[in-house]
Amino acid sequence: MSSGLERTRPVETTEDDLEALLGDRALARDDHLNAPGFVIRPDDVQDVLSDLRDEAGFDHLSCLTAQQYEDRYESIYHMKKYADPTQEVSIVVPTTTDDPVSESAAPVFRTADWHEREAFDLVGIDYEGHPDPRRILLPETWQGHPLSLDYDQEKPQLVTLSEHANPIQPDHHDAESDTMFLNIGPHHPATHGVLHVKTVLDGETVVDVDPDVGYLHRCEEQMCQQGTYRHQIMPYPDRWDYVSAGLLNEWAYARAAEDLADIEVPEYAQIIRTMGAELCRIASHMLALGTFCLDVYGDFTAVFQYAFRDREVVQDILEDLTGQRLMFNYFRLGGVAWDLPEPREEFIAKTRDFLDELPAKVDEYNDMVTSNEIFQVRCIDTGVLEPEVAKDYGCTGPVARGSGVDYDIRRDDPYGYYSELDWDVITDDGCDNYSRVLCRMREVEESAKIIEQCLDLLEDWPEDEREIQANVPRTLKPDADTEVYRAVEGAKGELGIYIRSDGTDKPGRFKIRSPCYHNLSALGEMTQGEYIPDLIASLGSLDIVLGEVDR
Amino acid sequence: MSSDNPRQSIYDSTAPSTDTRDSRIGEGPDDRFNSKLREAFGSTPFILTKFDKFMNWVRGNSMFMLQFGIACCSIEMIHTYAIKHDLDRFGAGVPRASPRQADVMIVPGTIVSKFGPRMKRVYDQMPEPKFVVGMGSCTISGGPFQEGYNVVKGAEEIIPIDIHVPGCPPRPEALVYGVAKLQERIRNGESSPVVVKPYELEQFGDLEKDELVQKLASEIDEDDLVMRYNWADSP
Repeated sequence: MSSGLERTRPVETTEDDLEALLGDRALARDDHLNAPGFVIRPDDVQDVLSDLRDEAGFDHLSCLTAQQYEDRYESIYHMKKYADPTQEVSIVVPTTTDDPVSESAAPVFRTADWHEREAFDLVGIDYEGHPDPRRILLPETWQGHPLSLDYDQEKPQLVTLSEHANPIQPDHHDAESDTMFLNIGPHHPATHGVLHVKTVLDGETVVDVDPDVGYLHRCEEQMCQQGTYRHQIMPYPDRWDYVSAGLLNEWAYARAAEDLADIEVPEYAQIIRTMGAELCRIASHMLALGTFCLDVYGDFTAVFQYAFRDREVVQDILEDLTGQRLMFNYFRLGGVAWDLPEPREEFIAKTRDFLDELPAKVDEYNDMVTSNEIFQVRCIDTGVLEPEVAKDYGCTGPVARGSGVDYDIRRDDPYGYYSELDWDVITDDGCDNYSRVLCRMREVEESAKIIEQCLDLLEDWPEDEREIQANVPRTLKPDADTEVYRAVEGAKGELGIYIRSDGTDKPGRFKIRSPCYHNLSALGEMTQGEYIPDLIASLGSLDIVLGEVDR
Repeated sequence: MSSDNPRQSIYDSTAPSTDTRDSRIGEGPDDRFNSKLREAFGSTPFILTKFDKFMNWVRGNSMFMLQFGIACCSIEMIHTYAIKHDLDRFGAGVPRASPRQADVMIVPGTIVSKFGPRMKRVYDQMPEPKFVVGMGSCTISGGPFQEGYNVVKGAEEIIPIDIHVPGCPPRPEALVYGVAKLQERIRNGESSPVVVKPYELEQFGDLEKDELVQKLASEIDEDDLVMRYNWADSP
């Protein structure tokens, strides 16, 4: 049935190939549920990772999980291929407890820069040769590493409010020029939340950009590690990407946990999930469009209000379905909480009405936004992100697809009901702000197509086969030391979750791979040498959500 | 009324056209502005009230909100400002980007350690009199993140809050209700409760020289403003 969903995949790298490639650098095997795992020495990291990338085509460093065991620290590099994300390999790097030093992968993958800073910040592993070994989420003056085993949460902490010194002045590179240091945020309307961008300007040109995140670091990983699999974790994903992308995030957890506990989800529930998730994607992209126009046009009026008008409609539908406007908490492991609301016909008709009106609305947006000459002047050829750079920074979602990287987990690593439906992955080769916006708008249309097909299926589904939940035990205790890393296509890109079980009903380690975090790390590359209004436009076109950046 | 219908003054008489004005003024006292306020005054244009009362009434009816997005609740806050809910109908819908132009701050989200000092600074920059609406569970107690190592257990640890709107997140209707309640309080001249605020911005040099301060002495300047979180004493 699917038409545009077949893609040519590269030749599979088998485990034998990997073993041959790594040779005796692989000390042992440590397989995860999703991928073969190889244990290597801490000083072989760059070597192994660059071999995997150049020889075997693993060009996507999807995630880095750091964790502490009783007897060791461990960094796990989850590698994938952009051309085929079902081919995965995990590189496990153990270090001793007394001296947790591991070689940095930042020279090989630029995305490792922020990964390793986070791992240092939260777990406390030092990465040798890291270009910028600072804390990233917690304040510079923080004491201890909160996700390490011996952290005492009761200890007092100091946080400074000091003016940030001009980072260019001390090393006197620019003694002659008159650059200016500018703090944008953390409280600024253009930062979409509480982001702080340290900017160095030469006149109106951006010389250096350093995004300073962590103003919304709400300890999501700790919260999830304290919750039980069955019910206590599911409310938290709603709050990572809180721009109505709740169901997409819940699916990330559901997918990882269902793989971990080996739960089969009924087909009917998968269709409801797919429909709900795509409704969320529409709501999320509408907000992205509205706020982007707010950034570029600088007013709180027409386009912004139009986008919110349409979001209200989607939120109404989602409220009918889930009972909540924003924090849905609708998925359960093994299915969804309840069936479509009664009367069913009314809900289906309401959703269809929305879908029927959508093309006219999209035309309206095209009239007002994308075909507007002023808008085009602002967006075309600004914030350019080349595909190779995007891959290097681990960009995913509309940001990568706007740079021509044909990568969508819904198609490439199928889950839910996507592989049975007829829809297309949108890519655009423009690499600029304009193509990212265009990508999102066209994705809205694709989502509408998916919802339409789901509604058809739901409408005709025989009444006695509407199974919304699999039979899942009340308490889930996956086998100890089972590890899984699973990703779904969130509204912003690849949202991955790593879970290690420790034999109890709570995860031993819960790591979130946030798409926004990595998309944001590319901001400096996109904006250097551009004008400051283009910096604001680029930031808007990345469509970050600070709840997901900081977690 | 378009240009193919010339105005009366052009084709009719050249005398000054006063009839519309006359009809608007009508008989008796001038009520061109037709406001409810004017009606309330009756036939006399004078009112007698306490100045304070008048000021409170004015303040309650013209609130300038600070455009301040923190976390999830800010999405619902934007929806409250945007069409359908339109907070502007209640005389409270002009979001100001600068704290120096605002007199009401809605705190829409979780306050974490790194943001605490910044929020305090933004609050301090607002001119008096200023009011705060705490939106959502996080500003009450830390909400679902209360046990987090980095989360301030409620915005009231740092700034005084006049109205708490519970919910995670509160619906726009709930926020509108909260704002309406705040207007009511302001009109009645009720002041915000005085609360114990354990977390203040202090100069680093003024802190008690305990273990933590000594450890950080080499990193932080004496004059730098710092906020000290005593997590063990937090609720």
